[in-house]
Amino acid sequence: MNPILELKEVSVSYTPGKNAVDKVTTEIYPNTITAIMGPSGCGKSTLLRAINRMHDLYPHIKTTGEILLKDKNVLEMDAMKVRRLVGMVFQQPNPFPTMSIYDNVLAGYTLNGIRLKKREKDEIVQHSLKSVALWEEVKDVMTKRGSFLSGGQQQRLCIARTLALKPEVLLMDEPTSALDPISTNKIEELLLELKKEFTIIVVTHNMSQAARISDNSMFMYLGELIEHGNTTQMFTKPKNKRTEEYLTGVFG
Amino acid sequence: MKDRIFRLALFIAALTILLLTAGIIYALVSRSLDTFAEYGIWGFIANPEWDPRSATEEYGALSFIMGTLYTAFFALFICIPFSLSVALFNGEYFKGTKISSAVSSVVDLLAGIPSIVYGLWGFYSVRPIVIELGVNAQGFGIFLSSIVLAIMIIPYASSLSAEFISMVPNRMKEGAYSLGATRMEVIQRISLPTAASGIVASYILALGRALGETMAVTMLIGNTDRIPRGLRDTGNTMASVIANQFGEADGLKLSALIAIGLLLFIITAIINLIAKLAMKKLSAV
Repeated sequence: MNPILELKEVSVSYTPGKNAVDKVTTEIYPNTITAIMGPSGCGKSTLLRAINRMHDLYPHIKTTGEILLKDKNVLEMDAMKVRRLVGMVFQQPNPFPTMSIYDNVLAGYTLNGIRLKKREKDEIVQHSLKSVALWEEVKDVMTKRGSFLSGGQQQRLCIARTLALKPEVLLMDEPTSALDPISTNKIEELLLELKKEFTIIVVTHNMSQAARISDNSMFMYLGELIEHGNTTQMFTKPKNKRTEEYLTGVFG
Repeated sequence: MKDRIFRLALFIAALTILLLTAGIIYALVSRSLDTFAEYGIWGFIANPEWDPRSATEEYGALSFIMGTLYTAFFALFICIPFSLSVALFNGEYFKGTKISSAVSSVVDLLAGIPSIVYGLWGFYSVRPIVIELGVNAQGFGIFLSSIVLAIMIIPYASSLSAEFISMVPNRMKEGAYSLGATRMEVIQRISLPTAASGIVASYILALGRALGETMAVTMLIGNTDRIPRGLRDTGNTMASVIANQFGEADGLKLSALIAIGLLLFIITAIINLIAKLAMKKLSAV
């Protein structure tokens, strides 16, 4: 099988000459969940945000190398287009406070100035909310503000908003770290369901979460990718000593 | 013990301010009573006649209320595109950069220019342009006053709006960018709507300043005691009629001028209250 995403010597620097992510080379396969782990400041979020060009928003951040999405270098594509193909879910649920639940799901379309017929809109909203298991809970309160929902529901709404654009890859930056255990559990179940349709990369602080949901794991340390492989294998027989130390709680 | 004395001192200071305010209101109300007794409150407000000749003496505030509304709202209308641009420049596009702090200090400098200086500038520099444009023969009037007034209120509207625009959480904007929005789309659909009630509040505050602004307007509006027949016409605002005429006023005329002052005070207080409420609503989000 061909990888959906290939990273070749990807480096990201906030200050010239100092790489926060240092020459990361790896491959991500379709319909898998990849967990990126590592201690705070190891560059895992920075690497994730390079993939959908979020660093472009801050001109002092420089990204080099190649990130191939289905053989096209995203660093050379139009950033807006990249972000529609590569969705992102953030640590803090961030539904748009001025929009209703319904409009939040469609935000990707309205923001991009795409006009849809009422029937198409209803379909997208219903399908997206169903795929995050939120439809039954919100179908009668569609006109309420997104911020009216609970934290876990807000996060699922944000996932639905991203899915509505039918992305190729879904990036998640510690998506459950602001949520309670029950909501976390629901999101994890949801991810296992979603990988049938999407490829998911999730940054997590939580090792047991990585063990529960991911097919492959990446361990990063001081900006370098130390190890990348099958999750079960990495958790039972890590190849690198640092990975082992991190997983057994020696540091991190 | 020390703590007690300090608290007492603070209490007295606060009480003094309250008493002073009450005193001002009392003075305004008590001196307005003659006018209201003569015409009734509504009869005074709704009457456009202002005739100080002793034989036919008659005083109504409507001409000046209308003059005030014309100048203040037209000034607000002119000020919006400029102040919103400055606010977006400082609060969004160049947020936190050197050029932004340079621009905002220059804009704040505008707020520090004394009203009389604006009046002089309007009189000698803007008025010839207004005449050149063919607005009216003398240049004086609502049009000239509103232009100068608009420049005077830009700093109030823009610095507060910039504050509210820059307060829009980054995670909201990143959320929108992550869906493929351009900067323009993020500003239009996320930043401006999220900051909307704050922006409206800052324009209401700017309006409050425009309503009460006296010196520059007095020099530029043309001092005519009737309802302006349009933006090209001359007129008087509530503030400018007081400034123009209080020196030679006594008896009922003085009372009528003070009554206009009281009305202006009430209107400005209500406007500021509305702005505060709008801002409170925002901080609840």
